[in-house]
Amino acid sequence: MIEARGLTKDYGDKRAVADLDFTVKPGVVTGFLGPNGSGKSTTMRLVLGLDAPTGGEVTVNGKHYRDHRAPLHEVGALLEARSVHTGRSAYYHLLALAQTHGIGRRRVEELIDLVGLHEVARKRAGKFSLGMGQRLGIATALLGDPHTLILDEPVNGLDPEGIHWIRNLLQSLAAEGRAIFVSSHLMSEMAVTADHLIVIGRGKLIADKSVEEFVRRASGAVVRVRSPQAARLAALVAGPGVTVEVDDEPGVLEVSGLASERIGEIAAANGLVLHELTLVQASLEQAFMELTRDDVEFRSETAA
Amino acid sequence: MNALAPSVPPLAFTGRVTQRRVIVSEWTKLHSLRSTRWSLVAAIVLTIGLPAIFAAVTATHWSHMSPSERADRHPLDIALAGVNLSQLAIGVLGVLVITGEYATGMIRASFTAVPRRLPVLWAKIAVFGVVSFLLMLPSVLAAFFVSQAILRNHHILQTSLSAPGVARSVVGGAVYLMLFGVFALALGAIVRNTAGGIATLVAVFFVIPPLLNVFPTSWQNAINPWIPNSAGRSIFQLTHGSHSLSPAGGAAVFLAYIAFCVALAAVLLVRRDT
Repeated sequence: MIEARGLTKDYGDKRAVADLDFTVKPGVVTGFLGPNGSGKSTTMRLVLGLDAPTGGEVTVNGKHYRDHRAPLHEVGALLEARSVHTGRSAYYHLLALAQTHGIGRRRVEELIDLVGLHEVARKRAGKFSLGMGQRLGIATALLGDPHTLILDEPVNGLDPEGIHWIRNLLQSLAAEGRAIFVSSHLMSEMAVTADHLIVIGRGKLIADKSVEEFVRRASGAVVRVRSPQAARLAALVAGPGVTVEVDDEPGVLEVSGLASERIGEIAAANGLVLHELTLVQASLEQAFMELTRDDVEFRSETAA
Repeated sequence: MNALAPSVPPLAFTGRVTQRRVIVSEWTKLHSLRSTRWSLVAAIVLTIGLPAIFAAVTATHWSHMSPSERADRHPLDIALAGVNLSQLAIGVLGVLVITGEYATGMIRASFTAVPRRLPVLWAKIAVFGVVSFLLMLPSVLAAFFVSQAILRNHHILQTSLSAPGVARSVVGGAVYLMLFGVFALALGAIVRNTAGGIATLVAVFFVIPPLLNVFPTSWQNAINPWIPNSAGRSIFQLTHGSHSLSPAGGAAVFLAYIAFCVALAAVLLVRRDT
């Protein structure tokens, strides 16, 4: 469980995180989404007590991170921009961190096997590929069998198999009742991994809702209609609250504000032929870009 | 790699972070880096090798030396000649012990595991101090016996550990190297950057002292004993004139500098963002 209240961070006169309120609940994967530079990593550093907030506060499992006396048992973190000494092997990296909590060698070896680094565990981490580095980061995060996981862009650099593996891992960890807080700048990734979404842009909260709700709001019910009598149909469906856009493709209309059933009925009642009648789900990616673009525009207006 | 949902094996609670555990962790960090081993091997080789070379050169040239030149040579200066160079290896390693973590981002992992942070600094100082002393003490003793053995073959410049001040000077060499390393570590913790840390160390110990020559001699004599370099060297110098501190006095002043730097490092470590 992570709770942020009025969380704010300034670097010099630049506000990186502005008055964030959010809760990351146990049992679900909470996606933390925003374009690059929107303050995701800063927020995660604030959660972990690596940076001190300028205002507000954030607690993990009811306490400030710094007040935890056995933090690896509470929170596991995979930090963006590898946090591994390049000259040390994966094995000794994990062992050194484990030893701060009296966690033994067996656990270290268990996790190396779990993340599939067995063959390279004795090699210098500096030689690791991005994907291997991410796996080492996951092993680091899981060392203390924590209730809460914080992962900054964990799928970055992973091959499709690795992405699939992380997705399953995060979902099974959430199913065990853990709170999972995972950041990404890729909406498509979050759409399949997360249950809940927190979206930020320029350090400010833009959206905090379930993925389901996000999809529903985002899809905005656009219906794609293809008909040899498109022009007549366009005139018939027109009305208050309904917009009809004529597609580049001849005979194709994009109708919003009217359910597909209703369009079909109108066509039938007027004896029009339909070749296609499809409910188009605006992709989450589009919805996300729209959300963050609004924020950017808002920002440049205030700056002007 | 299995594609099925992997499950994380459970782990029983192993208890809190303690200072002792952080020390064990820092020992693992220190010995698991190749740069550590190289630096320490370099320090050992320089500490023993240089006196051996100096002893051999002095012995072969002894017959050509004037009486005043001969009077200038002292067996302990030869035995501890390596300290002047090995301190660089120890100092660079001292800086790296902490700046290596900042450079690679490891420090974030370290502070995530030990969010109070200070135990990490104390453990680094303790582990690095103890390791460097345990390696440097036998090294300076070896340097003493090796250089004496070479000189003994030529029947010149003989002394023994039982002679007044000799044992203290030899052990003092190892104490100095250890403290120098801790000084370097503290500077590294303040500067948080490898190049900056080494530059600061070199400036304090090797650049500033000769600059004092611009001052009148009376000023130099007043200031010089108190600068870190001279105070530190008093610990292993055999003779102490009117313009240098006693071994104990020098050690006290050197420790005061170190305490100041460590305290500053500690305050900054807790306050700064990482």
